Amino acid sequence: MNSQTPARPRVGLFVTCLVDLMRPKIGFAAAKLLEDAGCTVEVPSQTCCGQPAFNAGDRATARDLARQVIEAFEPYDYVVVPSGSCAGMMKTHYVELFDDPEEQARAGRFSARTFELTSFLVDVLKVERINAIYEGTVTYHDGCAGLRELGIKDQPRKLLGHVVGLTLAEMADTEACCGFGGAFSVKYPEISAAIADRKTANIGATGAPMVVAGDLGCLMHIAGRMQREGRPVQARHVAEMLAGMGHEPAIGEPDRS
Amino acid sequence: MAVRITSPAFKANARQALADAPLQTSMRNLEVNFIGRRRAAAERLPEFEALRDAARDIKDHTLAHLDLYLTAFEDKVVQAGGHVHWAATAEDARTIVLDICKRLGARTVTKGKSMISEEIALNEHLEQNGVTPVETDLGEYIIQLRGEMPSHIIAPAVHLTREQVEGDFRRAHTHLPKDRNLDEAATMLAEARGVLRGRFLAADVGITGANFLIAETGTSVIVTNEGNGDLTQTLPKAHIVLASIEKVVPTLEDATTLLRVLARSATGQEQAVYTTFSTGPRRAADPDGPGEYHVVLLDNGRSRMLGTPFQPMLRCIRCGACFNHCPVYQRVGGHAYGWVYGGPMGAVLTPTLIGIHQAGHLPNASTFCGRCEDVCPMRIPLPKMMRHWRERQFEKSQMPLAERYALDAWAYFARRGWLYRPASRLGVAALRLLAFGRGRLRWLPFAGGWTSQRDLPAPAGTTFQAAWKQHVKARRRAAR
Repeated sequence: MNSQTPARPRVGLFVTCLVDLMRPKIGFAAAKLLEDAGCTVEVPSQTCCGQPAFNAGDRATARDLARQVIEAFEPYDYVVVPSGSCAGMMKTHYVELFDDPEEQARAGRFSARTFELTSFLVDVLKVERINAIYEGTVTYHDGCAGLRELGIKDQPRKLLGHVVGLTLAEMADTEACCGFGGAFSVKYPEISAAIADRKTANIGATGAPMVVAGDLGCLMHIAGRMQREGRPVQARHVAEMLAGMGHEPAIGEPDRS
Repeated sequence: MAVRITSPAFKANARQALADAPLQTSMRNLEVNFIGRRRAAAERLPEFEALRDAARDIKDHTLAHLDLYLTAFEDKVVQAGGHVHWAATAEDARTIVLDICKRLGARTVTKGKSMISEEIALNEHLEQNGVTPVETDLGEYIIQLRGEMPSHIIAPAVHLTREQVEGDFRRAHTHLPKDRNLDEAATMLAEARGVLRGRFLAADVGITGANFLIAETGTSVIVTNEGNGDLTQTLPKAHIVLASIEKVVPTLEDATTLLRVLARSATGQEQAVYTTFSTGPRRAADPDGPGEYHVVLLDNGRSRMLGTPFQPMLRCIRCGACFNHCPVYQRVGGHAYGWVYGGPMGAVLTPTLIGIHQAGHLPNASTFCGRCEDVCPMRIPLPKMMRHWRERQFEKSQMPLAERYALDAWAYFARRGWLYRPASRLGVAALRLLAFGRGRLRWLPFAGGWTSQRDLPAPAGTTFQAAWKQHVKARRRAAR
């Protein structure tokens, strides 16, 4: 563990609105991974990081939501997010939202403590062991914001490498966008689907029965498109795989409860 | 007079492109070829990233003193015996070019590739005034035969298949034997060369674009892979360089720095096959070259971008890397963007040139994947500037109403956590019911855009935040 890291770091988990609404088990998986790595996890009251407003050109709302998030997460040593996209918003764009130097500095302090989940586990906590077994092959999709705004590429692969029995099969052009793009997928659905189809073809060509990624947005889009087309590939968040939930129902599959 | 703008119909254009099988085949080739070539070229040059920084700094410096360098450039051109013409608008530029052609009694004008000439719709203007323009870049020649616009800034005919071009050549080159073999690109290239040879010799005026203008020496620089630019500018009586004001760089050395990132980013070449520097008309001792040398400096809205958040767009050196790597461009091609400039650079530049009221779709039709900025040799923050356009649309209430209402409603809840949590719990419980235990939904009220193309996974029926509260309570009970 890094010398500046407190003995038992207090982590504020920002689950993202998609995880909160659509797939809570990713939040539980993230909490488990953080606790296993020696953190105390708390979930302060939250709504959204503000990215939808920011990308729609509504800076005022984005700024208000950024203030809200910064305030709620101020008490924690770290803020951890199971999404490259939301973490990218919080880490790289919050500072741009403020004109007031004091608020900017506050946002800067917040951003410095904010990490995407796999990057936090590998880069900050230096995790070398994962308590998970999964016999099977998976392919990993690089979400754009995590990849390009945060430089996340090796971290999830390193962690997946610790999962006993898991084989990683890389797809062609894994750095290509899946076509989700937040509101883009609803505003330009046909283009979005056409982009997804290249991604799903590349996923299919690996022969892996499962695609894993660090962003639920990409995964819902990829899984939803594959299911609509009848391609039998499962989709799971990387946190689920690392937390040993690789055998629970995949995204879009009926749960057994 | 201007070329028809179809940017407002972007959605319909895109739909048409997605259904166009030959287009999809061609675009797939572009994606496969250009991405790998650029990556390999960048990997072969250890200082590539440092060069990008240097290239960006050169342009930033130049833009900060643009008036100075343009004036210096003009002085040097005049010293070399050339002429500089300042064109504030597209119309000014068209008039300047036509006047030169008329004075020289020009019937045929050969053209090296110039996006500026597309921007000002020069060919139409020349034709209407009795001057025949002949495009000499193979791609431009093909689209001229078809009456189309370029679909890419460096590969104008990239949207076409070999079969389509073969058809065009058979239709246009009727003087050649009907049974000739055109099965290969090389044979077609040879045929175009043969046809163009006569045109090069007949031309009275040659018009080229410019990749760079050098203030230090009054030189214009063009790069081509076909040598057509050299023939265009050296054979006729006069050479007209059409360039926009941001093409100027201070020194020869600056130009070579930019040249080193240009071809690598564009085609994955270390250098284009021909890089030609022209300074003034033929001198007394020169064995050949044009008798007159003119530079038309086009502004057309660019100086308005200086000092605004859009200034970095003027660093663009037109390499097309952002097109090649853009997932949207790769699927819909350049014509869908509805005007001269497509892809990510067009999504930023086009609204400044034709107005955001016409080009409103372009900065929105992006997934913000950021790959364009990642590969841009000039490190232009393209997604950030597209977002600036979205901010202006939002401020001016130019967003589609349905989107505006949806955003406002979402923002209302997101700003009020105490309301958001119960409302979201209710929402996901309702969605869960709608899924009827099937794990996913094939249709949704109010989100048809999503379910038109893909299923929506059914939510778990409770939110994480509600479930976490229960989890924490249960843990506390267990600990007691």
